[in-house]
Amino acid sequence: MVQFSLWDIFSFLLGAMRWTVLLSLIAFVGGGLVGLGLLLLRFSQARGVGLAVSWYVQIFQGTPLLMQLFLVYFGLALLGMDTSPMVSAAICLTLYASAYLTEIWRGCVNAVPRGQWEASASLALDYQQQMRHVILPQAMRVAIAPTVGFMVQIVKGTALASVIGFVELTKAGQMISNATYQPFLAYTFVGLLYFALCYPLSWWSQRLENRRLA
Amino acid sequence: MIEFNFAVVLAQWPMLMRGLGLTMVLTAASAVLGAMLGTACAWARLHGGMVLKRVVGLYVELVRNTPFIIQLFFIFFGLPSIGVRLSVELACVLAMVLNLGAYACEIVRAGLQATPRGQLEAAMSLALTPWQIFSRVVLPPALARIWPALVSQIIIVMLGSAVCGQISAEELSQAANLISSRTFRSFESYIVVTLAYLVLAVALRQLLNWFGPRFIFVSR
Repeated sequence: MVQFSLWDIFSFLLGAMRWTVLLSLIAFVGGGLVGLGLLLLRFSQARGVGLAVSWYVQIFQGTPLLMQLFLVYFGLALLGMDTSPMVSAAICLTLYASAYLTEIWRGCVNAVPRGQWEASASLALDYQQQMRHVILPQAMRVAIAPTVGFMVQIVKGTALASVIGFVELTKAGQMISNATYQPFLAYTFVGLLYFALCYPLSWWSQRLENRRLA
Repeated sequence: MIEFNFAVVLAQWPMLMRGLGLTMVLTAASAVLGAMLGTACAWARLHGGMVLKRVVGLYVELVRNTPFIIQLFFIFFGLPSIGVRLSVELACVLAMVLNLGAYACEIVRAGLQATPRGQLEAAMSLALTPWQIFSRVVLPPALARIWPALVSQIIIVMLGSAVCGQISAEELSQAANLISSRTFRSFESYIVVTLAYLVLAVALRQLLNWFGPRFIFVSR
């Protein structure tokens, strides 16, 4: 029987953690871009568009991420696309992140005083100019802390990509657990590695929030 | 051309109903116990001794910074090797309670801290005991303040319970997994179950918004 040293286990998990980080970054950047687009649509005057965005958010916030992953995974296959777990997970987490980020940022835009909209409108700025030069710069200061906080959600969300077969930290932990018959050790390590990724983000988010309120 | 066949999925309705039932039971149990644990932890973080504060703080940070699926795997697969063997359902409830407890702790704590100073002084001047002050004066309005946030968190935990299927608890998402492997209609199975979760989430929010003001923080 092959013996695994603690270092073997740890280095294998560290290697797999790269994929967790990569998937998180893709989801965060992609979700941020899509979310920003949705935010602009959310506040546009076009009829029904804002409502459609709020439905989109409702659906993503009212269903389990795990089910969303399955739907994207099998849905893309149904459309005839040859999908890998990585691509499915990246697409799904991007959409998931976009829904949450839009909702977070909506609150931040609403926190900008009404007078700012009226003042900028009285200067004959159109919607795009209002957003770009007046509203978003002010909303952004409020948005930074919750956005960083949401990155923790994303990192934890990537753990579910293991279920559709993407080998990241959680899946690697399962593999180690099965190979070594030491689930206690394996999941403790995995948990600590997630903690090492997430805790600094939580801490940073908290600090930004405190500093803003101070 | 893509053809959908929802009939074969819906024909498995007894399994869907059983799954729905277990998801509801898991959610109800963990909502009640988790909210109580969260309140106790919030109290401990504000009024407990130094050691207790540290321990609760560590618990909260550990839970909030690791994925639920790892917490579940640790409890179900990890704990037996130190002699703690739990049934599937018990492991799910324990994981959900610990998870909700940590988030509820921070939510309730924020509510407790927002208590106006004058309320405490008024209560003390009436010679109420510390326990009476906490349970009669501080806690009810605190819960009323944070109720929407707590309801949202309970819904998040309910949706998170979909992961319990991964340790083969036969809840709603596991029903989808089983039906999909029986009928080979994966997409349809997951659509049906996802919609069920959506309905459940909306209904649960309505229920709790109705329930809270009437039974949890009764305003007299």
